[in-house]
Amino acid sequence: MSVILLMIPVALILGALGVGAFIWAAKRGQFDDLDTPAMRSVYDD
Amino acid sequence: MDDLTQAVASVTNMPSSRHACAHCGLDVPQGLVVEDRAEQFCCNGCEGVWRVLRGAGLGGFYDVRDASDAAARRPTTSGREFDEFDDVLYQQTYVEALPGGLARTEYLLEGVHCAACVWLLERLPRVAPGVSSARVRFGAGTVRVTYRPDTITPSAIARALDVLGYRPHPARGAEARDARAQSDRSFLIRVAVAGACAGNIMLLSIALYAGAFSGIAPAWESVFRWLSMAMGIVSLAWPGRVFFRGAIGALRTRTAHLDLPIALALFAGGVWGSANVIRGAGEIYFDSLSVLVFLLLVGRWIQHRQQRSASDTIELLLSLVPSSATVVEDNGSKRAVPIDALELGCVVEVRAGETIPADGTIVKGSSSVDESTLSGESVPRRVAPGEGVAAGTTNLNTPIFVRVSAVGAGTRVGQLMARVAEAGTLRAPIVRVTDRIAGWFVLVVLLLATVTFAVWAPSGIPLALDHATALLIVACPCGLGLAVPMAMGVSVGRAARAGVLIKDASSLQALAGSGVMLVDKTGTLTEGRISLAAWHGDQRLRDELGAIERGSSHPIALALASDDTFVATDCVHTPGGGVQGTVNGRAIAAGSAAFLESIGVAIDPVWNERAAAAGLNRRTPILVARDGHVRALAELADTLRPDARDAIDAIRAAGWDARVLSGDMQGVVDAACDELGIPGMGGATPEDKARVASEQTNDGHAVVMVGDGVNDAAAMAAATVGIAVHGGAEASLEAADVYLTKPGLAPIVDVLHRAQSTMRTVRVCLIVSITYNAVAASLAVAGLMSALLAAVLMPVSSLAVVAIALRAGRGGHAS
Repeated sequence: MSVILLMIPVALILGALGVGAFIWAAKRGQFDDLDTPAMRSVYDD
Repeated sequence: MDDLTQAVASVTNMPSSRHACAHCGLDVPQGLVVEDRAEQFCCNGCEGVWRVLRGAGLGGFYDVRDASDAAARRPTTSGREFDEFDDVLYQQTYVEALPGGLARTEYLLEGVHCAACVWLLERLPRVAPGVSSARVRFGAGTVRVTYRPDTITPSAIARALDVLGYRPHPARGAEARDARAQSDRSFLIRVAVAGACAGNIMLLSIALYAGAFSGIAPAWESVFRWLSMAMGIVSLAWPGRVFFRGAIGALRTRTAHLDLPIALALFAGGVWGSANVIRGAGEIYFDSLSVLVFLLLVGRWIQHRQQRSASDTIELLLSLVPSSATVVEDNGSKRAVPIDALELGCVVEVRAGETIPADGTIVKGSSSVDESTLSGESVPRRVAPGEGVAAGTTNLNTPIFVRVSAVGAGTRVGQLMARVAEAGTLRAPIVRVTDRIAGWFVLVVLLLATVTFAVWAPSGIPLALDHATALLIVACPCGLGLAVPMAMGVSVGRAARAGVLIKDASSLQALAGSGVMLVDKTGTLTEGRISLAAWHGDQRLRDELGAIERGSSHPIALALASDDTFVATDCVHTPGGGVQGTVNGRAIAAGSAAFLESIGVAIDPVWNERAAAAGLNRRTPILVARDGHVRALAELADTLRPDARDAIDAIRAAGWDARVLSGDMQGVVDAACDELGIPGMGGATPEDKARVASEQTNDGHAVVMVGDGVNDAAAMAAATVGIAVHGGAEASLEAADVYLTKPGLAPIVDVLHRAQSTMRTVRVCLIVSITYNAVAASLAVAGLMSALLAAVLMPVSSLAVVAIALRAGRGGHAS
């Protein structure tokens, strides 16, 4: 069971990293416009 | 060829051939087909765009366009110079300096409608050297351009966009939109943090619940409880802060707000849960609390986002209002300047069809001015040098030169706008249905919690506190807090797709009820321009006259012009009198009786009587003569929209007392009212309209003001809900809570039905969630509500109300 002592902090850190990445992306306006990027990627040359 | 293409082709009314335009794909008129050429074009605009694209190596546009399956559209190239974009004032307002010698500005574009438009616009750097990047926002129809100010000017960029077929306008309200985007981002971050906390606490809770059934080492249990508490506190203190802030605000202003019972549950659960963790016994609640915070925020975020996109769209519509004026210098040279840069005493040129930019006096040119947006008067006023004209009105016929006597806030429009702001601050906000319930909720819940505590106190204080806290949490109005914003948000989103933009969802609540609906006449019930109301006499003469009137931009000519059945020659237009011409060798003349007599036409008394009768009906009579004898009479009026009658009937059936409130003359208003079967008041000044609206509001009625003009704006702001119809003036857009993007009155009926359906959904949600709360609260009072049961019941009830809420505002006519 003592592996949990390691796993819990690892899981929490991974989770925090995920939230951190999301906050970073949101702050840079990645979620402001959800329509245009879909069109942009299809026709990239 | 799809339906739309066909419709466009039939509207343009040109004989079609088998050639499709190489740019827009529409049919090329026979007369424009050039033999022996691979590419055919339907107009010069298309050919121009095609050449530019080929020259810049952007032929890929056509592949993308064909693949994107969007309907064909003709480009709207205007060929203007866009000088006003280079004015210092424009640079200050719209251009943002970036590091590295770059600058950024934003344009609102007309005609962005498919993926190919995005593809083409983002390749703007290839067409306009000096532009370093262009980013399109498809939903809003804007493009943000980064460029080198030393190589290219904003006007050159505007010209490039115009050449590509997307007419640019300065995108107004960038700051407000950025602020809204900013608050949207922090809202989204709160939702994400709340979600992450809730998810992780639930994982720990599963271990704890499993442990409660099959045994768990006390040390592990303690670790999990402490971890739950740590994340729970993060959830309450960061994303959950909005509820505490709302509750404190409500307490300060002594108003009921749904945040109050929510904050109460969060606070009690958080405090007693932490106490239980510290003392190592009892329930910890953090799983329920964090899920609560997450779900409530999701509901609010959906509403927030939908309202934000409606507000953004309305604000961008304001950009379409002409923002430049043509100033004529003393030496005769002309330049375009932003309206805000106009100075008193300068002379501006106003071409036919343009809006007059400032109050002033005509120094040169005679024309007719459409003042319906200011006064509601449906008949254009004839103006000559020396007479005054007002900002916001439209010049109809010939160019005029106006010496500016008042600008901005000093103009009549500016004064009315000040009244709009004033009326807006006086307006009582709509009390949200959830807030109305919230006050009672708090009272009942606190009472029940006290009772529970008192009943269980003899069995031990900790146990009594456990039960009381469980009650506070299960009784938390999460169904209300989640379902209502969700239903409203979903409904606002659906309405936007159907062409109704709703700035504030609480308007839906007022619109679902009943009350007084004040409807403007000119431009709202009617088209806002003169058309043929009746024709007496020779029918053939109608087409012959139509041929003569073709080619003139006078409002009367536009009403009478017909297609090319006949060809007219020797057409002479006499301003203020009438027209003469020859069709098939016979002399045709039309105009007032005085004009016809002056050119020697014999008028039978019976026609004079008919003309007088038409005049009594507030219609403009036009006598029509062939070969020197009057043979027909045309009656012109600003007629009701074809759907007005049905719309008014449906509005009345929906429970609204419809009344006409117009600035036009009483006689004209009476005629319209008789036709619609509703009462009406004419001759109302903008101040009168606002007064009527606020009087009715003070009488306790819900008042809806429907209008299109500047003269309706103050009344819209004073009314409970203001609705601006399609094509409304700038001021009415700013004052309105609801804006219809489609012409006609049918969207009003649609929004009423939509509001009713939304509020029906909200009521069902309320019943479900209050029933759930009542059952859960009685279980809690009886001490039967275990934390596990609460943890299961809560998401189930939330999912149930969300499922109901998602049905909100489906179709206007669905019941």
